[in-house]
Amino acid sequence: MKLLQERTAKLKLGESLIIQTAVRIMVPFIQLFGLYVIVHGHYSPGGGFQGGVILGASFVALALAFDQKFSMQLMSERVNGVLGNLGALIFVGTAVLCALFGGLFLDYSALDKLIPLGPIGWRSFGIFIIEVGVGLAVMSIMVSLFWDIGSNGEMDEGL
Amino acid sequence: MKALAFVATLVTGAILLYGTMDFPAWGDPQAPAATHLSNYYIENAVAETHVPNLVTAVLGDYRGYDTMFETVVIYCAGLAVVSVLRRKKT
Amino acid sequence: MIWLIDELTLLLVVICALAAITVKDLLSATVIFGVYSFLMCLLWAEMGAVDVAFTEATVGAGVSTVLFIAAILHTSRRSKD
Repeated sequence: MKLLQERTAKLKLGESLIIQTAVRIMVPFIQLFGLYVIVHGHYSPGGGFQGGVILGASFVALALAFDQKFSMQLMSERVNGVLGNLGALIFVGTAVLCALFGGLFLDYSALDKLIPLGPIGWRSFGIFIIEVGVGLAVMSIMVSLFWDIGSNGEMDEGL
Repeated sequence: MKALAFVATLVTGAILLYGTMDFPAWGDPQAPAATHLSNYYIENAVAETHVPNLVTAVLGDYRGYDTMFETVVIYCAGLAVVSVLRRKKT
Repeated sequence: MIWLIDELTLLLVVICALAAITVKDLLSATVIFGVYSFLMCLLWAEMGAVDVAFTEATVGAGVSTVLFIAAILHTSRRSKD
């Protein structure tokens, strides 16, 4: 039994004008919706994890409809790694910063000594910072999972 | 062998279904989970954090450790996949 | 009336789960698994857990289906047993 990739290599699957145009139009709105889900997590269902997955899915859609090279032109592997590490660092760094400023670990009201927003305001704003960190980390990891599994780790042609 | 596995699956499922008979009914206000902590969150979460969505308040503030280690687990999964699969082109 | 929708969704969930493990074609199993995830998402939303439904729709039906397809592309399509 031949691999599925070898059997479909000659068929030029995915090189469809309709799919490419539809994805090209849809991707900005998908990314806007992902940002909305992250930022609006205080008031509506959603949050960092879901918004990050939606942001990553927009790049996955680009890589599916065009080529993996095309999605790597828009966000290179280096930028992707920096964003993922930065997201995890924002989360843990905020928690450690709370402990350094005299509060408990992950107690955002201690950051009031840094910028005076009031303890309750800081608890609301700390949740926002953490959602952004989770969103960045999840987006980067979803995209890099798809790149690595889809192209067998070589990052050249892909799915 | 397949029949034996089927019987084992059926017995396990029956035991699990028997275990669910002790659960409180769906939406029961007298359930143990709804009598201790839920009342505190519903009454105080908006005043303490100014977040109207209680799920976000619980996930981000009261249960911050849970969310932090969830992120760390996903980060470790990404690191493992990249370090196992990624290779330079020969 | 809501119980009727609930029971219909649960019945479809069980049918999809049985179909996903019995079908021979791995690509079909992946697509059926996506349908299973959407039905679970419907069930969560009907029970009022909208955040869980959101996560299930994005991760379970969106990204994991694509990752399964990307993994199947590097193996053979038909399962042995």
